[in-house]
Amino acid sequence: MAYSEKVIDHYKHPRNVGAFGTSGEVKERKDIGVGIVGAPECGDVMQLQIRVSSEGRIEEAKFKCFGCGSAIASSSLATEWIRGRTVDDALTIKNTKIVEELALPPVKIHCSVLAEDSIRAAIEDWKKKNPGAADAATTAPTTTTTA
Amino acid sequence: MTVPPAMIYLDNAATTRCDPRVLEAMLPYFCDQYGNAGSRNHRFGWESEDAIERAREQCAALLGAQPKEVIFTSGATESNNLAIRGTANLYAKAPAGSPGRGHVITDIIEHKAVLDPCKRLQREGFEVTFLEPGTDGIITRAMVEAALRPDTILVTVMWTNNEIGTINEVPQIGALCHERDIIFHTDATQWAGKMPVDVEADHIDLLSWSSHKIYGPKGVGGLYVRRRRPRVRLEALVDGGGQERGMRSGTQNVTGIVGFGKACELCAAGGDAERQRLLGLRNRLEAGLTSAMDVVQVNGHSTKRVPHISNISFGFVEGESLMMGIAEIACSSGSACTSASLEPSYVLKGLGVGDELAHSSLRLSFGRWTTEAEVGHAITSITAAVNHLRAMSPLYDLHKEGIDISKIEWQQH
Repeated sequence: MAYSEKVIDHYKHPRNVGAFGTSGEVKERKDIGVGIVGAPECGDVMQLQIRVSSEGRIEEAKFKCFGCGSAIASSSLATEWIRGRTVDDALTIKNTKIVEELALPPVKIHCSVLAEDSIRAAIEDWKKKNPGAADAATTAPTTTTTA
Repeated sequence: MTVPPAMIYLDNAATTRCDPRVLEAMLPYFCDQYGNAGSRNHRFGWESEDAIERAREQCAALLGAQPKEVIFTSGATESNNLAIRGTANLYAKAPAGSPGRGHVITDIIEHKAVLDPCKRLQREGFEVTFLEPGTDGIITRAMVEAALRPDTILVTVMWTNNEIGTINEVPQIGALCHERDIIFHTDATQWAGKMPVDVEADHIDLLSWSSHKIYGPKGVGGLYVRRRRPRVRLEALVDGGGQERGMRSGTQNVTGIVGFGKACELCAAGGDAERQRLLGLRNRLEAGLTSAMDVVQVNGHSTKRVPHISNISFGFVEGESLMMGIAEIACSSGSACTSASLEPSYVLKGLGVGDELAHSSLRLSFGRWTTEAEVGHAITSITAAVNHLRAMSPLYDLHKEGIDISKIEWQQH
């Protein structure tokens, strides 16, 4: 399969790779939301960590990904797109936009779904840690996505 | 698309480059000696027939067989189908449409070209036992013996597995079948031409092999069919002009058969020296990769493997993304993402290799033109790609933190 130039670029130069600490350390931090979606036996696992201000703005995002080139590119792109947005605004990012931006073929659409899910999971985790902030941002819809 | 000159071809188990000497042998049969081998009344026909019979001798010589025991087909897939369905239907214990037609033994890590004909037999009233190998990937005589039944008519076990290169106990299974008057077929697609075959000493009744895996042209293969002690009979799958002793009708592919014959001759001449050279390359690759990184696993039995195939799992790295990082190296992966079915390799799963390590596997296979320098480059390139991907792998982080990823409850998709 031929990859789009954008996928190859994200693969070679992934944006915002990393984590804010070990799995134990980030659990303790209230300003960090962690989303881990996928499963090793399915061939893809995405981990997205967001550092959120008390006002609910995503100040920094870091990812790690076990998966194909399209999965890596989708999660790398997600970190670029959510950075600087409010959590509610970030929740409006749809997987179809990722498909479009990276020119993913139909067989790789699930990679974009996984990226959208990781954004949701990370924000959910942050809201759970910050119930007060979550009240302030109640407009967030609880959409379910189909893989 | 033209291949850039810097490409390194390590996918010789998928197919091989046609040897220029093979091509040279084929050329006269396209535009000059183009007769139909079935034309018995003029020189064009005789020339083609002679060419086919010379090729049949070259092919038989590779196997220690008689020329009359070699049937030309379109390739190993057809040979497997003909051997399995052809014997089952002829030796069936009950007529078509009724149950209890007989018992067939095979195993779960066969190529689809064996598994699917066996599954077809199941639908047609035969019972099939699918043996499971141990973690070393080897099918033994004892496994077959334990599955034998009074109504067993056919055993089909590949000589070497195409994904992991493990060597099954074929001569021992053949001897067992001959003791019990059961027909024994082996899919030798990755074996014949690379490793020694003696159909007498190895007790083989039917053997499938292919031209394009051994530096011959695509679209031609052979089926060895034993003629004496015992004489094996087959029901043809393709009816028509009665070519190939009635077992495979259709005008013979003269150019392909000539090429296949030449390819067999060249392989026989290569012999042990070539095997030793390939083994050296494989050992260098495996030692280089396992010493450069942690959690690198060579799949299949440590020594009972053919020299030209290496299957390696790189923990915490997904196979397709790994192949993307080594774009200049042509190889295969057991990753689901590289298959049409989106399932990881059933062969690796059959060995009990965990799904995540199956997703992380590469099959690297060597051939006549693989050089030491190419293997050296492959080690460097694969190591760099694995390190690049591990730096962004959440699973590698968990591993370094001492967390067993198989114990985590993952949110499956």
